[in-house]
Amino acid sequence: MPNMIAIWMPNFIMSYLGSTVTPGEAGSQFWALIYVLIIFAGVSVAVMSMNWLERKALAHFQIRLGPMRVGPHGLLQPIADALKLMLKEDIIPTEADQFVFWIAPLIGLLAAFTVYTVIPFGPSQAVSDMNIGILFMLGVSSLGVLGVVVAGWASNSHYPLIGALRSSAQMVSYEVAMGLAVVSAILMTSLNEKGTGTLSMIGIVRAQEQQGIWFIFKFFPLGLIAFIIFAIAMIAETNRAPFDMAEAESELTAGYHTEYSGLRWSLFMLAEYAAMIAVSSIAVTLWLGGWMRPFVRLLHGPSWDFIFSLFPGLTFLGLAAIAFVGVLRMPAHSFFKIQKIGLAAFGGLLGFIALMLLVIAIAGRSEDASIGSRLNESIGYIYWFLLKVAVFMYLFIWYRATWPRYRFDQLMRVGWKVLLPISLAVLIVTAIVGVLVA
Amino acid sequence: MSAPTGEDTKNISHLAAPNRENSNRENSDRGETEGKNVGGNDLTFANPDKTYLDSNELIINMGPQHPATHGVLRVILKLDGEKVLGTECIIGYLHRGVEKIAENRTYTMFNPYVDRMDYVAAVSNGLGYCEAVEKLLNVEATPRAKYIRVILTELNRIASHQLWLGTHALDIGAMTPLFYTFRDREEILKIFEKYCGARLTTHAFRIGGCQYETYAGFEKEVKNFLIFVAPKINEYETLLTTNRIWMERTKNVGVISAADAIALGVTGPVLRASGVKWDLRKAQPYAAYSEFDFEIPVGTNGDTYDRYLVRMAEMRQSLRIIEQAVNGIPEGPIMAKVPKVIKPPVGEIYHSIESPKGELGYFIVSDGSTQPYRLRVRPPSFVNLQALDVMVRGLLVADVVAVIGTIDIVLGEVDR
Amino acid sequence: MADDAKTPAPPPPPGGEKKPTAQKPAAPVPDPPPVKPVAPVAPAKPAVPADSATPPNPAAPAKPAGPVPLLWTSPLVEKYRSQYGTALEGQTYLGQNYLTVKSELIPNILRLLRDDEQFDYCVDITAVHYPKREKQFDVLWILYSFPRNERIRLTTQIADGASIPSSVSIWPTANWLEREVYDMFGIQFEGHPDLKRILLPDGWKGFPLRKDYGILQQDKEWVQINLGIESGQ
Repeated sequence: MPNMIAIWMPNFIMSYLGSTVTPGEAGSQFWALIYVLIIFAGVSVAVMSMNWLERKALAHFQIRLGPMRVGPHGLLQPIADALKLMLKEDIIPTEADQFVFWIAPLIGLLAAFTVYTVIPFGPSQAVSDMNIGILFMLGVSSLGVLGVVVAGWASNSHYPLIGALRSSAQMVSYEVAMGLAVVSAILMTSLNEKGTGTLSMIGIVRAQEQQGIWFIFKFFPLGLIAFIIFAIAMIAETNRAPFDMAEAESELTAGYHTEYSGLRWSLFMLAEYAAMIAVSSIAVTLWLGGWMRPFVRLLHGPSWDFIFSLFPGLTFLGLAAIAFVGVLRMPAHSFFKIQKIGLAAFGGLLGFIALMLLVIAIAGRSEDASIGSRLNESIGYIYWFLLKVAVFMYLFIWYRATWPRYRFDQLMRVGWKVLLPISLAVLIVTAIVGVLVA
Repeated sequence: MSAPTGEDTKNISHLAAPNRENSNRENSDRGETEGKNVGGNDLTFANPDKTYLDSNELIINMGPQHPATHGVLRVILKLDGEKVLGTECIIGYLHRGVEKIAENRTYTMFNPYVDRMDYVAAVSNGLGYCEAVEKLLNVEATPRAKYIRVILTELNRIASHQLWLGTHALDIGAMTPLFYTFRDREEILKIFEKYCGARLTTHAFRIGGCQYETYAGFEKEVKNFLIFVAPKINEYETLLTTNRIWMERTKNVGVISAADAIALGVTGPVLRASGVKWDLRKAQPYAAYSEFDFEIPVGTNGDTYDRYLVRMAEMRQSLRIIEQAVNGIPEGPIMAKVPKVIKPPVGEIYHSIESPKGELGYFIVSDGSTQPYRLRVRPPSFVNLQALDVMVRGLLVADVVAVIGTIDIVLGEVDR
Repeated sequence: MADDAKTPAPPPPPGGEKKPTAQKPAAPVPDPPPVKPVAPVAPAKPAVPADSATPPNPAAPAKPAGPVPLLWTSPLVEKYRSQYGTALEGQTYLGQNYLTVKSELIPNILRLLRDDEQFDYCVDITAVHYPKREKQFDVLWILYSFPRNERIRLTTQIADGASIPSSVSIWPTANWLEREVYDMFGIQFEGHPDLKRILLPDGWKGFPLRKDYGILQQDKEWVQINLGIESGQ
């Protein structure tokens, strides 16, 4: 028995750490569950840090500082917010439909999180690689509309209902343009010898790998236009500025989540940020090469691979350096002692992670299929994917800080009268060009 | 109350309140709400419990507490779905009885009260009042005092327009210009604080001139401010003027024609954006404005976008005026010979100035004693707010907030 | 303080030629011939207010009591005087022109001013209360003409309880301005589409800007009902 644990378990784990197939392919529910839990934890952390980043970045855009007190530079602010929301009184309007009121945020959350089963963080780093992956994603993310409508309906109040109907109308309209942009990207996957494309997410990135070009640059400017249409539509999907009329404070209809307070409201926010990350992942997968590092064709070879594999470690080293600079710049006052210690510890943690990543990068530079090199590759894939998604997250915040809001009818006009015709045109021209080239 | 008298040479019947029975009004200018009036008579806000037979109409209250209405203003909207059919403004939440107070204060004692009306542009209020009493006394402020008054009033005009820009952009959804304009406004408020000790309710002027001499470094600071703020105004314009979303939200929103504006008594940038080139600083100059060279920006369409452009241009013209003024402040006394106890002779006077919001007028009746017999303030925001009803007909709910912002009202002045 | 402000203070003559014409259109006041030392002693000292009965002659300073309303001669005034006779008078004080009309002329004179004389902008409508006078209220319109760049005031006197025709059909801006006059003074405007209180709450009793309102008075009943507090004053 101890033999088994000492020998069998590590082998079992190692075999999956360096696996080249997803748990879905391998048919292992246990590993699928592990991956799901990792993703769930990761997304939760990502949502919290996104919350922090939004408040800090928005504040800096508006020449103020943002949260500075709770933890050094407000780093613990999301935790404080989460605690506060959990401890708030749970108010349910008496006229509201109790069961439906309870289940509405769960529907939204469900739709947002289920999508993560097919997001490819790497060629085998996904929970499961369905061969209808993109279709699955589009379908499940549409369920989010149901959550919104149900929330507005269950509130049994005039303004949330109007807000919910508006939100859902907006989301549904922009899904059409989104879908067509997605289709034109999928058409590009079929430009191989067999002439068949694929709907699988991993397959789409593999197609970009084989063709050696990110689809955003393919058939320039068609890929770019399709990408831009998707980028605009995804902002409207997630009800973010400049398409956030349905939940803006200065409007009469205060949005579908008016009657929700405390933890239930935070579930809506969680669903919103998770949806933002999900649609950004779709954009990254379809047009920006997924997990591919930049300049794969141009700068190829083992030395370039090595340099690019240093990036994760260097990024964390940079973050640690910023943290230490923050420690140095803190005022020399006794009030800031705890913050200094906290920030230094955080910087130390980041530095430690950086060190580990650098060690893995150096250890895994050989070409053999050792555990080190496979770990190195996985980390590389995940890192580049997450970096691209992070750029999109920052852009979401930037748009919110800069632009005024569209009025609702103008928003719908843009969705139906501008984006839809352009995406149709792009689709048709992409198909024609694809046929001509092949 | 009988129906209003017809027989009008000018057809202004379309400006009558929409919710009153008006027998000789045509319904044709109501457009698509025609079919909704059952029985031809319009229903009143006065009895909201009267039911409508064929009602797609909804009455919504933008209550006194609302993040968008700048102050305590209550607007009752009558909607058809999203379209606004009519509005009714309920004001008076900030009524403090300033005119009654005036009858029980001496002229000098009343001076600080004036700042509290339009608290955003307190210096202008003070200028109007002091000039009105000076006219009643038949004295004139000294040239040096006039220049100082012009400089401070124009600085206050810039500050008022900056605040307007920040809050208006915030209503439309752009969050950042608010912070930029408030930061730049701080520089003006610093100058005020150094000059008279207060940032907001300044009480800067006295009857007969100014009390405080300009502090050491005043001209230098004002000139530095001019250099500082000119690129900032360009920055605001970069953010908004050619922004496609801004243009879509503000073009053709809240249009008021020049004839309607004159008939409704609207003044200030709202009137100028409708095409009427009229500014009291040029038409009936007061306080050294006749010595400066500046232009009056005029718009063409009378929509929100033009009002925005007019106010931005006015800020730049104010910079011009300040530059000319600060380069040539004459030497001399700052206070004219005014008796210690101000007792104007019996008579009445009306004097008005161009405040950032419009024509601010003071009508003072003196009975020869030290306290005014009647002091009437003609508030520009009060009269401009009447035009809200005409401006928002046919617009959507989201535009009502934008139009309230573009009229630039300050509730302290509306309610006094 | 209840002077009839329309009565010009008959001054010791600084410029003698204006005196006779200045006194004629004014309300007749028993006027002892002014016997004043001519040498001005105190510069720029304004006049001491006199009571209503005696002619308001300045006591100590020899300097005249200050500016007086003078006759306003202009083609406009001539035209209307020929039309309306003594019901209309034109005066000017400190450079500002105003017409005093009898209340029967409203609203015709207003309409004529707007249509014929191009006074298309109604700046203000307000009122003044003289409780000791027989016709207690002075209602006045301040008008401005864009083409002529000219401002004019029009005053009329009405008694307490009388009503006056509304000018909303002439200038729509009069809507809220007249509502405020009603709110503050209680003057009814006939023909106003919606005459109700504008600044004070709807159920308020009393008209604050009247001189007999008193600054310590408020509508205790309203305060007690609506705010639920015993009024402290």
